[in-house]
Amino acid sequence: MIKADIPLLRNRPDLVYLDSAATTQKPDAVIDAMTAMYTHQYATVHRGVYRLSAESTAAYAKARRDVAAFVNAKQDRNIVFTKGTTDGINLVARGFVRSLLQPGDTIVVSAIEHHANMVPWQMMAKEAQARVVYVPVDSYGHLDMVQFQAALTDRTRFVALTQVSNALGSVFPVDDCVRLAKSKHIPILIDGAQAIAHDGVDLHELDPDFYCFSGHKMYGPTGIGVCYMNDRVIDRVAPITFGGDMIERVTHEATTFAKPPIVFEAGTPAIVEAIGLGAAVAYIQSVGLPAIQAHERDLTNYAYTRLSQLDFLQLYGPKPAESPIISFNVRDVHPHDVGSILDQDGIAIRVGHHCSQPTMAHLQVVATARVSLAAYNTMNDIDRLCDSLHRVQEVFLT
Amino acid sequence: MSNKLYQRVLLDHNKNPRHFGKLDAPTHHAHGVNTLCGDDYHIHLVVTDGMVTDVGFYGEGCAISKSAASLMAMHIKGTSLDAVIRLKDAFIQLLTTDAPPPESELGHLMIFQNVKSFPMRVKCATLIWRALEAALQQSPTPVSTEDATHS
Repeated sequence: MIKADIPLLRNRPDLVYLDSAATTQKPDAVIDAMTAMYTHQYATVHRGVYRLSAESTAAYAKARRDVAAFVNAKQDRNIVFTKGTTDGINLVARGFVRSLLQPGDTIVVSAIEHHANMVPWQMMAKEAQARVVYVPVDSYGHLDMVQFQAALTDRTRFVALTQVSNALGSVFPVDDCVRLAKSKHIPILIDGAQAIAHDGVDLHELDPDFYCFSGHKMYGPTGIGVCYMNDRVIDRVAPITFGGDMIERVTHEATTFAKPPIVFEAGTPAIVEAIGLGAAVAYIQSVGLPAIQAHERDLTNYAYTRLSQLDFLQLYGPKPAESPIISFNVRDVHPHDVGSILDQDGIAIRVGHHCSQPTMAHLQVVATARVSLAAYNTMNDIDRLCDSLHRVQEVFLT
Repeated sequence: MSNKLYQRVLLDHNKNPRHFGKLDAPTHHAHGVNTLCGDDYHIHLVVTDGMVTDVGFYGEGCAISKSAASLMAMHIKGTSLDAVIRLKDAFIQLLTTDAPPPESELGHLMIFQNVKSFPMRVKCATLIWRALEAALQQSPTPVSTEDATHS
């Protein structure tokens, strides 16, 4: 039972944690690996001549190698450590896309991206007098593939799409999208933040130019993420943060830079967080992705079935759910009131706009309640959620 | 059925808000909006000879924000400006500090003290009072009770 692997859930046995799309709780394996690093091997990386620094450097490199293997990247150098998904997307926006843009060019995204995969493109477009083209989704949150194809014109310089909608849980056919973009020689970024903990990813198979994700949404620590860059683009991306570690030779007159991925990791990196991410990958592999997928599929099906039987709920997104994210509202009750009543029953869900206000506009609501599941959730968590939703109804009906 | 946070009085004001609607000729008005959670209200006042002689509010939001607005409107109508400002200060003190103001002044508004146990919801209860403050100061910019460090 995976719940037993999570110390926070052991320490708070009455908690029903249903906000894993925001951030996941951490297993012992990750916390212990980080503590062991601090207590046994910690020193700076890439610089010390002493043995301890060599060990730290080796551990940092191993974390990169383990992550590269997990996502099936061609080489370790394709894995750039970032602070998280947002940081990675901003690196691609500023370091790669900005210089491609001329006035009148376009960047194609979906209408329901997370703000992290929308605002950087708006900013780059504004600077370059280019335009962001939003591909619409249907009422279930499915990407309109006809409109997507039509949006890819000879003025399109870049495509950025989420793999799984954080607000609706709909899954985009990113393999088709990557194929279409590649056939037109348009580089494409996939935001894998909501996908990787549940389904992993095979980047050799999917073959996007960029793929970004966060450690903390896959049982790892905060402050670490990955921006994968494939060989078609990695040597054309310019660094956007300058300083130590990312240089090759510095004089007062000129500086030459290190090679990827180090060139994108200026300053002392998040060494222990990288080790924590490596441990999170190892944890996922030890439980087994197929086992996680099967368990989460059962949980999601059960949650969707139970929630769809509550006639006072309005469910949003795909029917049935396609990922462990279900968005809904209790009719005539503001989602923040739903969240507070559930909170009194020890149930943590997300309420609000989920960092995607255009998605809320698409649904014509101010906010929704969102349940998101992870491998450590149980059927009992879903039962307690449904009991508490009945209580919302009782409180507000009388 | 009632609940620690959602007491009967509060639920009643949420369902049937008093003084809900625009005034034809307000002397003072302001806009309070918490963009992150979507609470969004306008307040209209008629102030005559140092008295709040009429009050109206409109907009939308959660049960806490709406009932707070409704109960505030009931309490300030027919009250002198001095007393309104004292009430506003007492209410905000009740919600945001550990020093409870005298119960006699706040009366029915004391039911909102339970909101303090739900720190994420304090901003909902205080929004309309900050809007009232802005209206009395004739402030043209919308006010918010959301901390800028939230995201």
